[in-house]
Amino acid sequence: MSAVAARPGRPRTGLLLLLLAVVVSVGAYALVGLGLRGRVPDDTVVYGLALGGAYLLAWAAVRWTAPRADPVLLPIAALLGGLGLAMIYRLLPSDVADQQALWLLLGLAAFVVTLLVVRDDRQLDAYTYTIGLVGLILLLLPIVPGIGFSINGARLWARLGPLTFQPAEFGKILIVIFLASYLSAKRELLEAGVGRLGLPRGKDLGPILLAWGASLAVLFLERDLGASMLFFGVFVVMLWVASGRIGYLLVGGLLFALGGVVGYLALPHVQARVSYWLHALEPANVHQLGYGQLAQSWFALASGGLVGTGLGRGSPDLIPYPASDFILSAFGEELGMLGTAAILLLFVGMIGRGLRVALDRDDSFGRLLATGLTVTLALQTFTIAAGVTRLIPLTGVPLPLVSYGGSSRVATFMMIALLVRVSAGPWRPSQRSPATPEDDARSPG
Amino acid sequence: MERRIRRLGIALVVLFVILFGQLAYVQVFAADDIKNHPANFSRQLIAEYNVQRGKILTADGLVLAESVPGDPNSRYRFERRYPEGDLYGYITGYYSRIYGRSALEQSMNPYLSGEAPELAISTFGDLFLGRPKRGANVLVTIDSDLQQVARDAMAGNQGAVVAIEPSTGDILALYATPGFDPNDLSNGTDEQIRQAWTSLNADPENPLLALSNQELFLPGSSFKIVTASAALENGFGPDSVWPNPHRLTLPLTNEQLQNFGDEHCNGGASTITMAEAFEESCNVTFAEIGLELGPERMADQARRYGLCATNPPEQTSCEEQLIRFELPFQNGRFPDPAYFEQNDPLLAFSAIGLDNDLVNPLSMALTASAVANQGVMMEPRIVTQVRDSQGRVAREFAPSEFGRAISGRSAADLTRMMISVVNEGTGFRAQIPGIQVAGKTGTATNGEGQAPNAWFTAFAPAGGGRPPRIAVSVIVLDGGSLGSEATGGQVAAPIARAVMEAYLR
Repeated sequence: MSAVAARPGRPRTGLLLLLLAVVVSVGAYALVGLGLRGRVPDDTVVYGLALGGAYLLAWAAVRWTAPRADPVLLPIAALLGGLGLAMIYRLLPSDVADQQALWLLLGLAAFVVTLLVVRDDRQLDAYTYTIGLVGLILLLLPIVPGIGFSINGARLWARLGPLTFQPAEFGKILIVIFLASYLSAKRELLEAGVGRLGLPRGKDLGPILLAWGASLAVLFLERDLGASMLFFGVFVVMLWVASGRIGYLLVGGLLFALGGVVGYLALPHVQARVSYWLHALEPANVHQLGYGQLAQSWFALASGGLVGTGLGRGSPDLIPYPASDFILSAFGEELGMLGTAAILLLFVGMIGRGLRVALDRDDSFGRLLATGLTVTLALQTFTIAAGVTRLIPLTGVPLPLVSYGGSSRVATFMMIALLVRVSAGPWRPSQRSPATPEDDARSPG
Repeated sequence: MERRIRRLGIALVVLFVILFGQLAYVQVFAADDIKNHPANFSRQLIAEYNVQRGKILTADGLVLAESVPGDPNSRYRFERRYPEGDLYGYITGYYSRIYGRSALEQSMNPYLSGEAPELAISTFGDLFLGRPKRGANVLVTIDSDLQQVARDAMAGNQGAVVAIEPSTGDILALYATPGFDPNDLSNGTDEQIRQAWTSLNADPENPLLALSNQELFLPGSSFKIVTASAALENGFGPDSVWPNPHRLTLPLTNEQLQNFGDEHCNGGASTITMAEAFEESCNVTFAEIGLELGPERMADQARRYGLCATNPPEQTSCEEQLIRFELPFQNGRFPDPAYFEQNDPLLAFSAIGLDNDLVNPLSMALTASAVANQGVMMEPRIVTQVRDSQGRVAREFAPSEFGRAISGRSAADLTRMMISVVNEGTGFRAQIPGIQVAGKTGTATNGEGQAPNAWFTAFAPAGGGRPPRIAVSVIVLDGGSLGSEATGGQVAAPIARAVMEAYLR
């Protein structure tokens, strides 16, 4: 596939969508002030200019470094980030929210830097094992004494000098790149040698067992159920997409179930999660934190009903720690089911675009990278949204781009940047030319 | 790989469709059940306290309850205040974020909170015009001057005063001690509210229950109004002549029933008229009258005064609330005829307001108001109007008849008998110069060696063609300051007089 000049109309569509995202985000911020204090915040204009300016810079970076890029991914990410920030201003003291605004700007900076550094995603394919090793180190860094430490029972944090962050958020990006690179290289090997039942041969089970072991290490040593499930889920899906062998899904599912049973039997905090999920609304439990969070989440969602109370007019602050895991429930109370459905539809749109990007690539590395990034976002979104609605037990992962949390926000913007980069195809400045017939075959949607 | 990516897309879409289903369940289909879960009370309360609750006002505009903006740091936007403290505690009730609501705060809650369907149009208008939603104001019948007079007249005695306008049933005053200050349960910190609640509930005098309408007492001789009514309705006139023994030996027993202080009525004469016996509050005569009339007629008359039928000890409470009222009200009680089947002599005690007769000042005041209103008893009314936040009348409460208790002629006879109680009999301390008062005393035993409860039930002006404007019933527990020497005439009659005089002058 060769790079081509942008098709007329598409960049303008992107800019228009981005401006719409800015307008809606700033509108949400103004409504929060109106709902909470009865007046539009004095700094709304400054807020709008800062947010709009930052988003426009990100858009300019896309135009400059990846002119053929997908025009919708950035506007969707911008809208999710802007809505999340407005809700964070609604839920948290303004100095804490200001910090999160700063993290949003840092996320956009990371987005731009990622685009500038990774001028061609296939650069990454050259460092398969380095990237995989660094990813693994980041994933397991919180276990290292003196660097890693726990907050609220989960050992997710690392401290390097003055900086504290969740290394796994970045580790998982590198792991996805590693998997895309590794699997695209070993594809033929993996595809070959189907046993009689379509199951992988014993000697091909090495990678999946290794990934399983790493997931269990994350679960047992870091007590991070969400990251562990997410990591393993993404791995199995990528393995299946790469190899085309349904057997990997079966083996993966079995190992997942096995890990789940072992984790449940061995780890009290996993048992507690299941108990919170099943018995959240029982009168004896609702005043205990674990159960109470889920009960309050349901109360918030139910109080919102179809259309919600209006921003700033509900009581989502009754949910303990509403801005991180439960931010979707806060939207549910104040914007109703229309609001939660709209937010989830934005994610569905983002997932659709991500898979579209994968389909539009010819090379298996690009395809696998886009697929892996998209599946990571999709599973993470599903895990937390299904958790706060009590469809599945709650595992604390942030709602991408929306929830409180600096590391997650920056990492997710980097993932979006990579998706944008993959969508632009290999970038070869010397070969800029009008649209080729091959390019025209691409579906415009 | 392309096919698998498409399949992956479909699988992810299925996951999200399941998620939408769960959201629809929680946010729409099961939302009402989840929302009304008892553990969600904080959110329900916050919503309630976000609306400025309506005021409770007297007809002359005195504010009894209002909501004012609270501490800006509080989660609750408004705070409920009761400027008159404990004076109207039993009327307004409390509005507590921890312990719920009582009295008018409870019964008028749909209006005060702005949720009543009658207010929908005005609420919609507020919404349309961008005005904040507000609760409606409730106007009560209480005469604020008279309420103050009632408190002063009680002079710290434990008991209650209820004053009613006979033609409408309007409650003019309703005051009871010990009383409580609804502010203690309705504003302040959670800690303060909990402390107040604990100490109010630990108090042996039960200050959260109004003696005037939520508790029951033996009426004693006050009940002779009901027995006399039954006699008048059944052909025995005021001048009907009855044997006058010193004591009455009850049928089928050796037990003797005595007059108050074991006196012999009518100076020891051999006969006595009903009117004479009423004036002297002669127990022997009214026991004879009750036994002569029998359980059916007595119970029927009691029911026409709104007393419900009981059959102790199996059934001591009312099967139905006969009289509707916007405040919690313990209906008065009189035994069902079945009760007397095995216990014939007990009717003698029931006829003089003992045994299982139970009333309170509100039910006695209603009885007096029926006599005053030519035999027609009105239902008690305490709320006249509900006005929305713009001052428009959203609901009116018209006076309503409970029913005819006695004929107009019986009422006139009974009025004359009650006048002589005040002019020449036990109730002389209720006399008001220039205003004719009709009344009946009562002294109800609290058991051997204990100070009795003193009653006085009256109305004025009586006779002389002008319709009575006020009916009053007073109870003073344990004889008040006079203790065991007290009678209704001595302790309760002056309080009733003070209230009637203040209202009529």
